[in-house]
Amino acid sequence: MAMTSLALLVAIRSPCAPLRLGLIALLVIAAALSLGTGAAGVSLPQVLGQCLTGAEISTRDRVVLLDIRLPRLVMGLMVGAALAVAGAVMQGLFRNPLADPGIIGVGAGAGLGAVAMIVLSGFLPAAIAAFFGTWLVPVAAFGGAWTATLLLYRVASRSGQVSIATLLLAGIALAALAGALTGILTYLADDTQLRDLTFWGMGSLAGASDMKLLVGGLLIGPALILTPRLARGLNALALGEATAAHMGHDIERLKHRAVIGVAALAGAAVAMAGGIGFVGIVVPHLLRIAGGPDHKTLLVDAALLGAALLVLADLIARLVVAPAELPIGIVTAILGAPVFLWILIRRQGLGGV
Amino acid sequence: MKRLALIAALLTAGPALAEPARVISLGGAVTEIVAALGAEDRLVARDTTSEYPEAITKLPDVGYVRALSAEGVLALAPDLILAEATAGPPEAVETLKAAGVDFVALPGDPSVQGVREKIAVVGAALDRKEEAQALTASFDAEMDAVRKSAGAVATPKRVLFVLSLQNGRVMAGGEGSSAEAIIELAGGVNAATGLAGYKPVTDEAILAADPDVILTMDREGEMAVTERDILAHPALGQTRAARGGALVAMDGMLLLGFGPRTPQAAQALHAALYPEAEG
Repeated sequence: MAMTSLALLVAIRSPCAPLRLGLIALLVIAAALSLGTGAAGVSLPQVLGQCLTGAEISTRDRVVLLDIRLPRLVMGLMVGAALAVAGAVMQGLFRNPLADPGIIGVGAGAGLGAVAMIVLSGFLPAAIAAFFGTWLVPVAAFGGAWTATLLLYRVASRSGQVSIATLLLAGIALAALAGALTGILTYLADDTQLRDLTFWGMGSLAGASDMKLLVGGLLIGPALILTPRLARGLNALALGEATAAHMGHDIERLKHRAVIGVAALAGAAVAMAGGIGFVGIVVPHLLRIAGGPDHKTLLVDAALLGAALLVLADLIARLVVAPAELPIGIVTAILGAPVFLWILIRRQGLGGV
Repeated sequence: MKRLALIAALLTAGPALAEPARVISLGGAVTEIVAALGAEDRLVARDTTSEYPEAITKLPDVGYVRALSAEGVLALAPDLILAEATAGPPEAVETLKAAGVDFVALPGDPSVQGVREKIAVVGAALDRKEEAQALTASFDAEMDAVRKSAGAVATPKRVLFVLSLQNGRVMAGGEGSSAEAIIELAGGVNAATGLAGYKPVTDEAILAADPDVILTMDREGEMAVTERDILAHPALGQTRAARGGALVAMDGMLLLGFGPRTPQAAQALHAALYPEAEG
């Protein structure tokens, strides 16, 4: 809900394109659908009606709406917006439409952190394990994401200058290393842990608690508000580093902020929801087709479309195999991968991809 | 909460209020115990691993026991959930408890004692203590019979449990696995030593272990381990088991489930391991 009012605020402030209005409408519809639909069959109008007439709402309906669907919706909005904006920033920074947060090691680092916790948490001192409780895996995933990104940034920096090419290559090497370490842990894991880590890799919006949303929101919220400030710099960067520098942009500062912003957005998103692919690539691409490559609009639109699409994907994940649910990463990949291929075929020859 | 229980009771016109009327059972062994206690008709849903008795497979499937959907489970309006110790994720379990559902987590040891504990807890939760005592008594009697047969074995056979055979890679049941537990109950010895749980083993280790019997789960499709696969495998095909045709395939849930049918499984495995003693 906070996201929607924020979106409205942004829409009112900036000269309003029809695209932006359409995205806001889509987001509102997605949110309403998500709150009003689910296996338990609790309908939103009915409960709202009960609220207005002062009739008592049953415990079950209240739990379904307030403890299950609402936190899930908020988490979907945050994670979707974070992943899409992080993707858009990465593509701008690397001037490569294939870039996503995975390039700066976020995914591999988070994966390693999460898998390490799932497999090795039994060896932790009981006091630490008890202190973190169910937070162990998200905290480890976030720590892994940040460690990987900072390490990579360090490797790519030479006397205050960050080489984008080195960042890319070192990212590949680091992802391979993290993958190998994850492989060792996978080998050590027992049956139950194997199932857990497989499911983690496929992502889920289940298990959204108020505390998780608060902590995630403290990371994602400010990052989402601050990233549009990078828009002018990213636009200039599209013309090349030298040109952008001549135009008076502090390129090193831009890179620094972009990487920190992406690590905060994607790191928090992955820590909260596990591995969810394709949102970061497909959403910015769709928007570039619909509204052009200007980052001033792209970054805000990406937040709106990313949030709406992930909430809709979660709706599908919750409904197709009810009363069970599908990992959301499967849904985003099944929907996202063909869309991405379609974009590539349509745009053949453009952008050199 | 009271209201909810009342509504649920009215809706299903269940027996007394003390007996939970809408039960969800998570875990193959748990479901078997519920059925063995004669409370099968109270089940409204099951998890993916619950496949016995056959009739319960018609119930809605709430998915994998460690990846439950809180809303999906609540949609079935249960008043009692009986779950394996591993049920999760923890947030979903918390939400279910918050919604006023009685959530009972069962001990999860793959051992004879583990089964006895599970029967006692399920019996108490379903308010069928007498039936549970009777079930435990018959379970103990059957187990005693199995132990007697197993104890009479002079030279225990060395058994290799092959969980899967993908791309020629053998996944075996090592130390502490449920496969090892059932092999030992049946009077055999696990041939796969030096690895914990279900792990891939190298061909050379298989040749060195040279098991007398190769045990597999009899299932169909992609994951099936067939006799032909075993005989064609470079290492498994050279073992004493393959040369002597001592290949045993049994139903996976019966063999590894550790529920009320475990004595049956151990007895059947024993008979397959030592056909000469039976004859």
